[in-house]
Amino acid sequence: MARDFSWIRPEPWGIHVVPADCWIDPSRPVDRALVTHGHADHARGGHGHTFATPATLAIMKLRYATDEGAVPTPYGKRLALGGGVYATWIPAGHVLGSAQILLERAGERVVVTGDFKRRPDPTCPPFEVTACDVLITEATFGLPVFRHPPIEQEIAKLLNARAANPQRCVLVGAYALGKAQRLIAELRRAGHADTIWLHGAMERMCRLYEDWGIDLGPLRLMSDAAKGELAGSIVVAPPSALNDRWSRRLPDPITAMASGWMQVRQRARQRMVELPLIISDHADWDELTQTVIDVNPAETWITHGREEAMLRWCELNQRKAKALALVGYEDEDD
Amino acid sequence: MEEFAALLDALVYTRSRNAKLKLLADYLRSTPDPDRGWALAALTDGLDFPAVKSATIRNLLTERIDPVLWTLSREYVGDSAETASLLWPEPPNAPSPPTVAEAVDALSRMTRATVMSDLPKLLDRLDANGRYALLKLATGAMRIGISARLAKTAFAQAFDVAVEDVEEHWHGQSAPYTPLFDWAAHGGEAPNSDDLPLFRPFMLAHGLEDTQLDLTHYAAEWKWDGIRVQVVRAGGETRVYSRSGDDISGSFPEIAEALQIDAVLDGELLVRGVHQGGEEGGAASFNALQQRLGRKTVSRKMREEYPAFVRLYDVLILEGQDLRALPWTERRGALEALVPRLDPIRFDISAVIPAADFAELTTIRSRARDDAIEGVMLKRRDSPYVAGRKTGLWYKWKRDPLLVDCVLMYAQRGSGKRSSFYSDYTFGCWDGDPDAGAELLPVGKAYFGFTDEELKWLDRHVRTHTVNRFGPVRETDKSLVFEVAFDSVHASKRHKSGVAMRFPRINRIRADKPAHEADRMDALKALIRD
Repeated sequence: MARDFSWIRPEPWGIHVVPADCWIDPSRPVDRALVTHGHADHARGGHGHTFATPATLAIMKLRYATDEGAVPTPYGKRLALGGGVYATWIPAGHVLGSAQILLERAGERVVVTGDFKRRPDPTCPPFEVTACDVLITEATFGLPVFRHPPIEQEIAKLLNARAANPQRCVLVGAYALGKAQRLIAELRRAGHADTIWLHGAMERMCRLYEDWGIDLGPLRLMSDAAKGELAGSIVVAPPSALNDRWSRRLPDPITAMASGWMQVRQRARQRMVELPLIISDHADWDELTQTVIDVNPAETWITHGREEAMLRWCELNQRKAKALALVGYEDEDD
Repeated sequence: MEEFAALLDALVYTRSRNAKLKLLADYLRSTPDPDRGWALAALTDGLDFPAVKSATIRNLLTERIDPVLWTLSREYVGDSAETASLLWPEPPNAPSPPTVAEAVDALSRMTRATVMSDLPKLLDRLDANGRYALLKLATGAMRIGISARLAKTAFAQAFDVAVEDVEEHWHGQSAPYTPLFDWAAHGGEAPNSDDLPLFRPFMLAHGLEDTQLDLTHYAAEWKWDGIRVQVVRAGGETRVYSRSGDDISGSFPEIAEALQIDAVLDGELLVRGVHQGGEEGGAASFNALQQRLGRKTVSRKMREEYPAFVRLYDVLILEGQDLRALPWTERRGALEALVPRLDPIRFDISAVIPAADFAELTTIRSRARDDAIEGVMLKRRDSPYVAGRKTGLWYKWKRDPLLVDCVLMYAQRGSGKRSSFYSDYTFGCWDGDPDAGAELLPVGKAYFGFTDEELKWLDRHVRTHTVNRFGPVRETDKSLVFEVAFDSVHASKRHKSGVAMRFPRINRIRADKPAHEADRMDALKALIRD
């Protein structure tokens, strides 16, 4: 029986599940959207119905101030979408609420990973390997130069920089959803109990994480700090605020950034970063290739990132693969 | 090697000069010989290992990983050493890093025949940062903004010695500079350097501002618009050094060939201005000299078209005698006696200006028409030749700058302390009548000339008058006029406007002036004196 998986059709603005007329992470409004996680480029507003994990829906409600059409899909619950298609949300280990989506139809299984990583993260359940015929994977860090170091090592770099500069503060640029909370949780795990100061844009998302049971320790808003209170402290801000006017009131900040791109020196220099922290919520090269090996699908489809190198790796390893030309996913700040 | 790797990484991410100096000085103080000397040489491009080239790295890697994956990675990272350091398979054993000296020793033993088997052994002893440092050191391509001058300043800072002394002793030494460290760190004897064509630190001048000098104490001479050089002959060799102490003999072989007397001479390197608008046989403008700068080799055509010569200012050492402690008048006498013995095609002397008093000098200066004249130098007649800029001895009195009113077009964020401020400005002049639809052509870029208060005001102006963004650059609505000061302007094929300014700076912010009243290209072009 020749299988062409034509019931799953990748279009530039999302993956179309044809028999059920649903779209995965569509970049334009549709009637029925299946959303993998809460990052804005994947979870856009304006859909008729949004199927996502309860945490992802909470994140979307925070961002778009509405939960109209929200359909919660807890991890592991198999949902009939119609047209003989069933969908199951499975932990992806990327950020709070993040999921892979398993689609089943007539004995065929397709897994869309969304964004994922394989390393432990105190803010979300770990990635689960799910057997399937087609693996539709991301490839944000799909080049063999990307090998993320253990997070403990990067957290130690941050704490050392703070300890060595008691008169300064360390300003860490981190994506407001996921990266910031993971960074804070890892700092707590490393024994850092002091107040961590937040840029205003971080606050609501941190509170949401706390509501979902993730302890982030003492947090305060930078705008509430008295003069002199910030020396020797850690301040977390979105990457866009690092070199902007906002940072002028900080005491001689050491500019750090937590991102997988920090592995490449020139990328860090371009961002005027003094202390690059290689912390990513995406799979690195070894995790990407290991995932293909672990899942062992008949075909691998690559959605976004550096797909040429992943294609080449599949070719070298005699695995059937193709690249999908999806648009609208951003990877600049992760 | 770990310390060197950590230093290298810290330098990559540090933008402030002072912070770089501190990093370097700390490293030099805390690292033992000979590692610190080798590291210093590596940072200042002093090491060369013929068997290890960029192509070696590629070959080594494509033996281990798929060539297509290598190429994709290399293209993304943009640097072979960094790509290789990240792609190298993690060794099974814990790293046992070599010292810098061990690595240098191993690298220098490698030949084309052995490099493919020996370099991997070194790489296997290091982690990714160590591998990066090793490959950078081996291929000599640091590109991390450490000039020789910065390294010497850091060395002086590390051991609390005068940078002029470091300059003086440095040049005779080769890596790992152990005698230099013995002298600076342990109070040993200064290295002897009599028989070597070494660079001696320049004596520099302060700008003359609103001061009148008594010409009975000060002599005046022209300041020429070329590049300051030192020509040194010792031990049968001649070298030409730039102001920063870089050896530029290769760019100006006719000068190096022409000096046959053991001496250290201070002067201005110029080219003859036969067809460059200068007087016949005299000095051409800086633009003519620019054709010869920065070239590793010089064609015969270049040498004929732009013949170089040195207009002498001073003599530091002559035939074994150090004249630097003598008063200027005596050195000047020695120089005047020396010049007739030199090749007249390659050397002449900068004339003393015969002014009776300051008023007369002011008149002479204002009448100077020669485009190769940059201004006037005033030298205290009893001044010894001392390195650096000592108050009260030498003054430079530049020609009044040229001024033109330009319109702000684009602004870019600065770096370091200015990283949140739009502090680099591109400005333009009208290519015709702005009321008849003329456009602005960018004519220059400046990032100084304003106070901190003005910078804040300018930053606010840029942010509230932005019409377009291109990455770090903002295009403004072209409403603000700058009075731009500059030393000269030249025709340029490389610039869209057809002109290039020298030393442009913001002289005044003319918030009062409407943009359409700013200058036109014709006004700027009329100031060209090529």
